[in-house]
Amino acid sequence: MLVIIDYGVGNVRSVTNAFRHIGADIVVSCRTEDIEQASGLILPGVGASGYAMERVAPVAELICRQARAGKPFLGICLGYQILFDMSYELGEYRCLGLIGGSVIPIPAGRTIPHMGWNKVIPAAGMRLFAGMEQGKHFAFAHSFYAKVEDPAASIATTEYEGLSLTAAVEKGNIFGVQFHPEKSGNDGLAVLRNFVGICQETKQPC
Amino acid sequence: MLTKRIIPCLDVKDNRVVKGVNFVNLRDAGDPVELGSRYSAEGADELVFLDITATIRSRKTIVELVEKVAANVFIPFTVGGGISSADQIGLLLRSGADKCSINTAAVNNPDVLRESAERFGAQCVVLALDARKDTTRSGKWVVCVKAGTERTDIDAVEWAVRAEKLGAGEILLTSMDADGTQAGYDIELTRAVAEAVHIPVIASGGAGTLDSLYDVLDKGKASAVLAASIFHYGTYTINQTKQFLAGKGVPVRF
Repeated sequence: MLVIIDYGVGNVRSVTNAFRHIGADIVVSCRTEDIEQASGLILPGVGASGYAMERVAPVAELICRQARAGKPFLGICLGYQILFDMSYELGEYRCLGLIGGSVIPIPAGRTIPHMGWNKVIPAAGMRLFAGMEQGKHFAFAHSFYAKVEDPAASIATTEYEGLSLTAAVEKGNIFGVQFHPEKSGNDGLAVLRNFVGICQETKQPC
Repeated sequence: MLTKRIIPCLDVKDNRVVKGVNFVNLRDAGDPVELGSRYSAEGADELVFLDITATIRSRKTIVELVEKVAANVFIPFTVGGGISSADQIGLLLRSGADKCSINTAAVNNPDVLRESAERFGAQCVVLALDARKDTTRSGKWVVCVKAGTERTDIDAVEWAVRAEKLGAGEILLTSMDADGTQAGYDIELTRAVAEAVHIPVIASGGAGTLDSLYDVLDKGKASAVLAASIFHYGTYTINQTKQFLAGKGVPVRF
């Protein structure tokens, strides 16, 4: 069973629809016992980091403990951005600190938000992109991006008007994607299938 | 490189997709759940769902239908029509929409854009801007509200700039003069708005030949094109459209 952590930020429905479509055993919950029993955790979210951190606070320690113990963990969009140490979106917020780095605005001088489909180039061996051709397109919708400063993290990038943006990270069993795999057609569903596969392979009491 | 987006639009009335000329003379174009699912699978880059009766009849957008469409759509999904508050946006986002477009309510109460962007992020707040040529000033356009039935004296370009400042993350720009005519987009209008703002502009109204799509992306500087009739009635498939644009050097996703 995979658990989509429902902390009241944005749209969990799209993520749920996509996991159901690929046949995953999925539950939407923020109850401690569900999170503890899950074979994998998904942290979705749209909106602003400060609000998201406020909402996720009651389960923050629990989900960090689970992720650090090796339970497969996937952050999507805002759920990905709060995996880092700090966010500078509309203020300054301490985030979950699971991956070293900070979230900063996309520099002005280009169309913002970065909205639409862009080509993603993963580092070699990134498991979310296993079995896929290089350079597939995924759907983005964001105005801030993560500067990763964690030597243990593999990085996938995308190029946007002269800026190289982090599109995905992988550190042990902690995964994060800036794009929306649940909204990226068949290639996005393939990323989610890879995550489900990783959860099934990981037999790890947490 | 970011690709240009091809967006089919479902104009929905009484749970059916319809299409008219200049927002009148509607004819049936199919079931929204079926069409949405088909476009998602065929490689459309986004889907827009507009409840075209919502504003006129002061009826709330059809949440259950949105849920059904969303369940089979794995591309970004925008819902609009009669949205008047941030709370309604919250409800639609929970029902499976990724973005919501606001027209009349934003004109009446611009603060709804700011409040929605603060709560849900600018990336899901779309300003639906219906514009018509200004009969008194050439090279200018005015904003129309209530599904095109009411003309205001607000300048369309100025409104676009203000909406961006308030927190809109995207503009869905429809030319009321061109809508449904299949005679081509209003390129001047699109370019005037696209050059005035720093957020993406979706060109809408008038899609006809594939050249007309190319022109509004190229000369009109649109980030995306929206079309209804040409896709619903099978004039072109999504793939044909993208092949054509790719042949002209436009970055598209396959």
